[in-house]
Amino acid sequence: MTAKIALSDVHKSFGPKDVLRGVNLEVETGQSIVVIGGSGSGKSVMLKSILGLLTPDKGSIKIDGRETVGLARRGRADIDHQIGMLFQNGALFDSLPVWKNVAFRAIQNDGMDEAGARDLAVDALKQVELGPELLDLSPASLSGGMHKRVGLARAIASKPEIIFFDEPTTGLDPIMTDVINHLIRDCVQELGATTMTITHDMTSVRAIADKTALLYKGEIIWQGSTEALEASDDPFLNQFINGLAHGPIEVEGQQLDTTPNAEAV
Amino acid sequence: MTFLATIGAFFLAFFAQTGRLSVFVGQTLAAMLRPPIYFRIIGQQIIRIGYFSLPVVALTSFFTGGALAIQIYYGGNQFNSEAIVSSIVALGITRELGPVLGGLMVAGRVSAAIAAEIGTMRVTEQIDALTTLSTDPHKYLVAPRVIAATLCMPILALIADIIGIFGGFVVGTQSFGFNAAIYVQRTINFLTVDDVTSGLIKAAVFGFIIAMMGCYNGYYSKGGAQGVGRATTNAVVSASILILAANYLMTSLLFSS
Repeated sequence: MTAKIALSDVHKSFGPKDVLRGVNLEVETGQSIVVIGGSGSGKSVMLKSILGLLTPDKGSIKIDGRETVGLARRGRADIDHQIGMLFQNGALFDSLPVWKNVAFRAIQNDGMDEAGARDLAVDALKQVELGPELLDLSPASLSGGMHKRVGLARAIASKPEIIFFDEPTTGLDPIMTDVINHLIRDCVQELGATTMTITHDMTSVRAIADKTALLYKGEIIWQGSTEALEASDDPFLNQFINGLAHGPIEVEGQQLDTTPNAEAV
Repeated sequence: MTFLATIGAFFLAFFAQTGRLSVFVGQTLAAMLRPPIYFRIIGQQIIRIGYFSLPVVALTSFFTGGALAIQIYYGGNQFNSEAIVSSIVALGITRELGPVLGGLMVAGRVSAAIAAEIGTMRVTEQIDALTTLSTDPHKYLVAPRVIAATLCMPILALIADIIGIFGGFVVGTQSFGFNAAIYVQRTINFLTVDDVTSGLIKAAVFGFIIAMMGCYNGYYSKGGAQGVGRATTNAVVSASILILAANYLMTSLLFSS
């Protein structure tokens, strides 16, 4: 069976900095994969490469078996149509009210009329447990949690086959984090979509992942099921999921001393 | 060696910037010609760029026309100043000062606003969101602003011409006691259609430059709030310099033949 998303030997550099150094990853149809990794590990660059916002220097990215690297924007149109994306800060358009944000794709690409677009927005907002009283509000007047939920409503409004989530719970309180995680899980199950989530929040990983991959220094160094994640004795994975300062993972350009009792020296 | 490396790095950066700007202009022109064309957004931008710039352009041209009349009157008082004030004010305003000063004022107002808006959209990932929603940012954001500014600037320049000439008229008749009917008659007799149209052609080019510089600098801004601030400054500076350079080139082309 062809993987829904398949990355093979993907490289991306910015000047002398190699951000992706041969990423290999496959996501099956209907699977919910969570990519974890520290800041600067290349998660966002990988996501932007899959979305076509960045062009890899080398390697292959296939969606539904179709090569997307080197595809012109117009050639991507039918691929983009099956993709939904929740950005880290929602990325709602300030100049448009909530309903136009949620139904943006339907209005701009399908020429949907105002009444239809408002109905679509009401349905999508209902799926993320928001009411129609928000329809005419400006994104600037929404709280952080509502912003994320409206962003999620926009991502699922066109019923995409693939949904990407970039740090969906960053900056939210624990209760709202749980709300968002459940909404993601429910929406995805309802749509039957394939999802890829970028996060370093282990609560999200446990709540929404079928499969987890650890990205470190531009390479996937571990991948497996959520059960395998908890049982793994991989030192990199253990350091990350337990949030340990000491271990094999280098933190923000500083090589931590990983020898036993290093602190006592 | 360090000195040579610095010069090399400067030229490499200059050519990279020029190349990127050329590609950006090419993509924008292609987006302007290819459907869909967002008429509603063009209309909104015409209001924002054209209508809301009217007070600035009107005040600038009124005072410029008045000051020009004073300069010509005192500078040329050994000649028949009454005869030349009206004609030189009309010529100066329509050919140069109306479009150029109007362009510079609109550059300050509109380029900055466009760069700040698009720059903020860039750093908050709204432009990436547009792309993932299958909408071409050049079509949706850049092309409507460029079309609106290119259409609005000649109209603003025409209004600047009329108000600038009126400024000269007010100073001439009220301060220097010129006969109003003769002043108007001399202005009409002296001005040709070419004087006005050359200014309007220039204004259209300035409108294109103003919107393009605002969009380009905003589109490639990075580094959060500081980056947006830098983009705004660069937009105004580059638009102003390009307006003056383009004015020189177009004046050479239009009046040397």
